[in-house]
Amino acid sequence: MKSRIRKASLQVNQNEGLIFEKSSAGKAAWKLPPLDVPEVDAAKLLGSAERKDLGNMPEVSEIEIIRHFTRMSTWNYAIDLGMYNPRVNEAVARVEGIANGHPYQPEEISQGALQIIKTLSEQLIEITGMDAITLQPAAGAHGEMTGLLMVRAYHQSKGNARKKILIPDSAHGTNPATAAMVNYAVENLKSDSRGMVDVTALEAQMNEDVAALMLTNPNTLGVFEQDIHKIADVLHAKGGLLYMDGANMNALVGKVRPGDFGVDVMHLNLHKTFSTPHGGGGPGSGPVAIKKALEPFLPTPVVITKPDGTLGLEYDRPQSVGRVRAFYGNFGMFVRALAYIQANGPDGLRQTTEDAVLNANYIRKGLEGTYDLPYSTPSMHEVVFSDKLQLKKGVRTMDIAKRLIDYGFHPYTTAFPLIVPGALMIEPTESESKEEMDLFIDAMKSIAEEVEEDPQMVLDAPHSTRVSRLDETAAARKPVLRWKPSS
Amino acid sequence: MRYLPKSPADREAMLKALGRRSVDDLFSQIPAEYRLTRDLNIPRQMAESEIVDFFRQRSRENGEGYTSFLGAGAYAHYRPVIIDSLISRGEFLTAYTPYQAEISQGTLQSIFEFQSMICELTGMEVANASMYDGSTAAAEAVMMAVRLTGRRSVVVARSLHPEYREVLATYATHQGMPLSVVGFADDGRLNLKELEKSITPETGCVLVQSPNFFGTIEDVAAIAEITHKHGAMLVVSIAEAVSLGIVEPPREADVIAMEAQSFGVPLGFGGPYCGVIATREKYVRQMPGRLVGQTVDKEGRRGFVLTLATREQHIRREKATSNICTNQALVALMVNIFMNVYGKVGLKELARQNLAKAAYAAGQFSRHGKILFGASPRFNEFVVQTSEDPQAINDGLLGHKMVGGLPLKKFYPELGNAALWCCTELTTRSAIDTAVGLVAESERVVSSAKSVSSTKEDVEEVAR
Repeated sequence: MKSRIRKASLQVNQNEGLIFEKSSAGKAAWKLPPLDVPEVDAAKLLGSAERKDLGNMPEVSEIEIIRHFTRMSTWNYAIDLGMYNPRVNEAVARVEGIANGHPYQPEEISQGALQIIKTLSEQLIEITGMDAITLQPAAGAHGEMTGLLMVRAYHQSKGNARKKILIPDSAHGTNPATAAMVNYAVENLKSDSRGMVDVTALEAQMNEDVAALMLTNPNTLGVFEQDIHKIADVLHAKGGLLYMDGANMNALVGKVRPGDFGVDVMHLNLHKTFSTPHGGGGPGSGPVAIKKALEPFLPTPVVITKPDGTLGLEYDRPQSVGRVRAFYGNFGMFVRALAYIQANGPDGLRQTTEDAVLNANYIRKGLEGTYDLPYSTPSMHEVVFSDKLQLKKGVRTMDIAKRLIDYGFHPYTTAFPLIVPGALMIEPTESESKEEMDLFIDAMKSIAEEVEEDPQMVLDAPHSTRVSRLDETAAARKPVLRWKPSS
Repeated sequence: MRYLPKSPADREAMLKALGRRSVDDLFSQIPAEYRLTRDLNIPRQMAESEIVDFFRQRSRENGEGYTSFLGAGAYAHYRPVIIDSLISRGEFLTAYTPYQAEISQGTLQSIFEFQSMICELTGMEVANASMYDGSTAAAEAVMMAVRLTGRRSVVVARSLHPEYREVLATYATHQGMPLSVVGFADDGRLNLKELEKSITPETGCVLVQSPNFFGTIEDVAAIAEITHKHGAMLVVSIAEAVSLGIVEPPREADVIAMEAQSFGVPLGFGGPYCGVIATREKYVRQMPGRLVGQTVDKEGRRGFVLTLATREQHIRREKATSNICTNQALVALMVNIFMNVYGKVGLKELARQNLAKAAYAAGQFSRHGKILFGASPRFNEFVVQTSEDPQAINDGLLGHKMVGGLPLKKFYPELGNAALWCCTELTTRSAIDTAVGLVAESERVVSSAKSVSSTKEDVEEVAR
C-alpha cells in the first residue's frame, strides 16, 4: 500500500518535551554587559511594587533553545506552502534603519519609512484600481472592520448610517463577525445554482436600510461573480456600497481591477496576495483601498507630501473614523510586500495570477469524476469538490485530508465554504510545478481507490505522523491551556 | 519570473490537457469590458541586487545610526541573534495556520509554551496565542469585560497610552460603550478619588496601564479594590513587557492586555508587534483570539491542538467573541525565544539594568530640568519638564545624531514643556551624559535669554 505514495517517505524525527521540563536552576542563555551606571536598590525604588519571584520561568542554555525549536520546527509541514515567501523580503526587512526605526522618531529622519508606505500605497492603488488606501489594519479581519467603519461614516455623513450588511451564505466567517463589531445587523444572501449571488434575490433584499454588500470575488467557491456589474448597479441605485473581501485577490492581480468593476471599498491580505510570510498564522496585514467618496473617513494618520516635498503624517482629519491600531500598521509587512511587487513587476504579477488559475483548473480537470463537483461553474484560483462519492463508504472530507498527509501533501481546506456539505477546497496557488500537480492528482485518485478498497485505513489516517489524530473533543471539554509544575 | 516553477513548455502541456488554446480562456468568465488589456503601471521587474539597494537607501533615510531616548509603547531592547536564526527556519516562517494538528505540532507546542510563560509572568491563569498588538488587545479586553459584566460603560485612565485610548474609542463608538476618562493625580498615578466618582452601576470595567504612559507604576491593588467594590472588572494594559522582570504583575486585575514587543521584537517603525490577553480560567470562554490546548492522540501520546473554537468567527459568525482570525504567530515565536533566553533570572537582571539606567538618567536630568512625578515608583521612563520647548531641544539633539524624549504637548498640553524619556539596557552612560549636557546647554541659553533665575528649589530629589 505504501508503494502508492510517491512524494513522501518516512524519516526519523526527534522527541522534544516542553521547555519547562528541561529547565533547571543555574542554567542560562544570557549575558548582560557590566552596568556602566551605579547599581540601584530595587526595593528602595519600587517599594511594594518590587517583584521578587518570576514563578516557573525556564532556565536553559542557548544550545538547548536551539535544539528545542529546531526539533519542534521539523514537526511542521512547511516550506512555502501556498505562496512563496521570497527570502530577499526577509533580508531587506532586517536592514538596520528599517528594522530599528522607532515609530515616534522625527519625520525628518523617517523619510525612508514614509517613502516605503507611500510607494506601496500607490502601487496597491494601481493594482486594485481604487483611489486611496490605508495600510493601518493589522490583518484581513481588521481591514474588514476598518472598511465597514468607513462605510458607516460615509452613510452617516449622508444623514443615515443604515442598519444592515448583506452577506452571501458562501462568505468567510469573519464577514458577519466584523459586521457585528461595527454594530450592523447581518442579512444572509442566498447563492444561486451557479454558486453566485442571486441578482433577483439581491434586488428583492436591497433597500435603504442596507449599508453595503460584503462580497468575496472570486467567491469562496473560486467562482468569479459574472453579474458583478449588475450587483454593483443594484447596490448603487439604492445608495448602498459594494465591499469586496480581497481574500482571493490573487486570482485577479494584473488581469482585472476591482475598482473598474464597481467596488467601493475592499481589503487586501498582504500575507496572501503579496507574499508576506504565513508564519504559522500571522502576522498579517490588511490594507483597505477605497473610492474617492470614502477618502475623508480614512483612519489617521495619513502619509502626505508636504509643501517642501518631504513626506509627513497628517493627523488633522476631522471626518476620520479614528485609529484602528497604535502607530502605522504592520510596517514590516509593507516592506516585504513592496519587495515582492518589485521582484515581479507588471508581467510577473500577471504571470503569477495566470499560473495560480492554471494550476487550479488543471487539478479540477484531473479530479473531475473521481470527486463530486457540486458547482460546474468555471473555476478561477481554487476548486471546490465535495465528499459525496466517498461518503457512501463513510469517509468524509477530513478523513481524505488526513490521508493526504501520508502522501506528503498539506491538506486542502476542509468543510468550507458552508454551502458545500463536506467541502474539499483546493487552492494550489502558483507555487506548484506541473510535476507537483501531477503527484497531487495521483495521490487524490489513489486515496479515492483506497476509500473503495479499505475505508477503515483512510478513517484511521494519518499513519505516518509523529502523533495520530488528536482528541479535540477532550481538549475543548477539559481545557489544558498551560503547563503547570507536576508537584 | 524567478519565483515561478513552470517552463513555457509546462504551461503549454497543462493548457493542452485542459483543451484550451490560451491562458486567457481561463479568465473568460470575467466580463470583457473589465478585463485589463494593458500592463499595470508599476515599475518593471527588479533584480534582487536592485531591491536590496532600494531598501538600503530607504534605511539610510530612516534614522540609521541615531541614538534614541524614545519609548512610549515601542522599546529598543537587545535582540539575541538566535531569535532570527530560529524564526528564519522555513518550517516556522512559512508554515500555514495550524488547523491540521498532526503536521503542525511545532507551531502548536511553541504557542502552548508561549501561553504558559505569559501566565507565569503575568500571574494570570490563561493566556491566548497572541493578538495584533497592545492597543487592539486592550480594546478587545475591554469588550470582553463588557460581555462578562453585561454593563456597558468603560472608565479609562488618561495615563493610558494616548494611541491605545484612540483605538479603544474607535472600537467603542459602535459598540454602544460610553467611555469616561479619569485623570492622573500630582504623583502621575491614577486619581483614585476621581476614579471612585467615575464608576457608576453601569460601569463594566476600568482600564489602566502600568507602568503607565509616563513610566509610573500604578497602585493596582488600590485601583482594583475600588473597581471591584462597584462590581466592575479591572483591565490592566502593560506596554513595556520587560518591566515584568522586576515590577510586580497586576495580579489583582481580571484581565491583562499586554504588548510583548519588548521581548525580542524589532521596533520596525511600529509593527508587527505582539499583543496578548491573559485572564482567569473562569473567563476563558469570553476571551477573544486563538488558544492552543494540550490533549492526547489515539495512542495516548501528548499533543497540542487549537481549541475552544466555538468562541471564534468561523463557527459562531456574527455571534463570535471577536472577528479576529489570525494571531501574530511568528512574532509570538520571537517573544517565546526571547523569554527562553533570559528566563527566570535573566529577565530580572535585564529589568534591573533598565531600572538603573533610567534612575541614573533621571538623576542627571533633575539637575537641569524638573522630573515630573519624581516621587512615584517608575520603571524605565520618566518625564522631564524644561523651560525650553522640547521640540526645540530635540532639534538641537538631532544635529548630534540623537533623538530626545517624546514631546508630550500633543497628547498632554497641560504638562507644558514636558517630554517622555526612556532608557533601556542599551542606553549607555555616555549617551545619557551627552544628552543631559545638551539639554543643560539649551536650558542655560533659554534662561539667560529670558534672564530668569533657575528654579533649582523646584527640582525634586529623584536619585533616591
